[in-house]
Amino acid sequence: MIGAFVIAFREVIEAGLIIGIVLAATRGIAGRGRWIGLGVLGGLAGACLVALFAEAISDAFEGAGQDILNAAVLATAVLMLIWHNTWMSRHGRELAGELKAAGESVRRGETTSAALAFVVGAAILREGAELVLFLYGLVASGTSGPDLQIGALAGVGAGILMSAVSYFGLSAIPTRYVFSVTSALIIFLAAGLAAQAAQFLTNAGLITVLDRPLWNTANILSEGSLVGRVLHALVGYTDRPTGLQVIVYLGTILVMVALMQWSSADKRRTLRTA
Amino acid sequence: MSIVIQHVRSFVLAFACAFLAAGIGAAWANDMPVIKVEMKDGVIIPEIIEVPANTRFKLEITNTGTSPVEFESMELKREKALAAGSTSAIVFRTLDPGTYDVFDDFHPEAKAKLVAK
Repeated sequence: MIGAFVIAFREVIEAGLIIGIVLAATRGIAGRGRWIGLGVLGGLAGACLVALFAEAISDAFEGAGQDILNAAVLATAVLMLIWHNTWMSRHGRELAGELKAAGESVRRGETTSAALAFVVGAAILREGAELVLFLYGLVASGTSGPDLQIGALAGVGAGILMSAVSYFGLSAIPTRYVFSVTSALIIFLAAGLAAQAAQFLTNAGLITVLDRPLWNTANILSEGSLVGRVLHALVGYTDRPTGLQVIVYLGTILVMVALMQWSSADKRRTLRTA
Repeated sequence: MSIVIQHVRSFVLAFACAFLAAGIGAAWANDMPVIKVEMKDGVIIPEIIEVPANTRFKLEITNTGTSPVEFESMELKREKALAAGSTSAIVFRTLDPGTYDVFDDFHPEAKAKLVAK
């Protein structure tokens, strides 16, 4: 039972944390609940489809189908996060209630909710397919006792709880600062996802340079440990990063910070000339 | 409307990338050694998986048990979940000679070593 709990919990850590952050990052945006809900449902449906067609997907592109699918999903999620942070650095303060011009931005907020709904869906899709296989197998095999099934469901429940804890934890931050914190979290989240996407492209054989690990910290903190997995989900921790992963990670952070600076500077210019 | 356009754009982008990848993949399509691995309810057979180093090969994994398995290697940064009774493959492009730990993420007691020579 403990085994099933741990396995199920591990699979939902990443998606759980991402959902918590996304919910906190969209606070005050009209209609965000609907969008995030749609993202969750879409992700679950996608996960079932991927689990169902796992063999066909794997066999596509000379056995690189799964890697290419993962890379495409991750890369799109990264673009959505970049877009969200750029938008937020322009409109965050309005949402936080410091300025009174929320009408336009709240309406436009729908777009950023939609972008983040995709991110949530992508997280569930990627991690969920394995969980679906695992849970379905527990039920279908008929050899597993109810204690295993209870353990697995409790693991999923713990993941949802973690999502709630991270959301309420972030919500406890004063309104003035909450978007600064979520934007910072999203920068590292996006960088980590981008580095993962890079590794999938390497695995698929589409990128063949800089594929050697630069260092190995598995002895200090294994990526497979609970702390390792949480850090992997939050900041993209990996115990044996390749040169490509490090470059993509740092590159993503640079691009995001530059776009956010540009966006908030552009906003100040607009306000001055108006 | 802009939401729709944005979504369409991102999907077009994703598909374009996938098709580009398909083209490159097809260009590589040729025979490669196939190494078979069997996973059965917490047992990985063989315990020492011998594979060729520095060349492309396909690791064909079959789940012959009654429970789902997940072939995983942290060192190789690879994972593959398999439902009971299904077969799937991982293609390795090139592997340095050496010994790599692999395990079944759904059966923590199941361990094996992948040896590239």
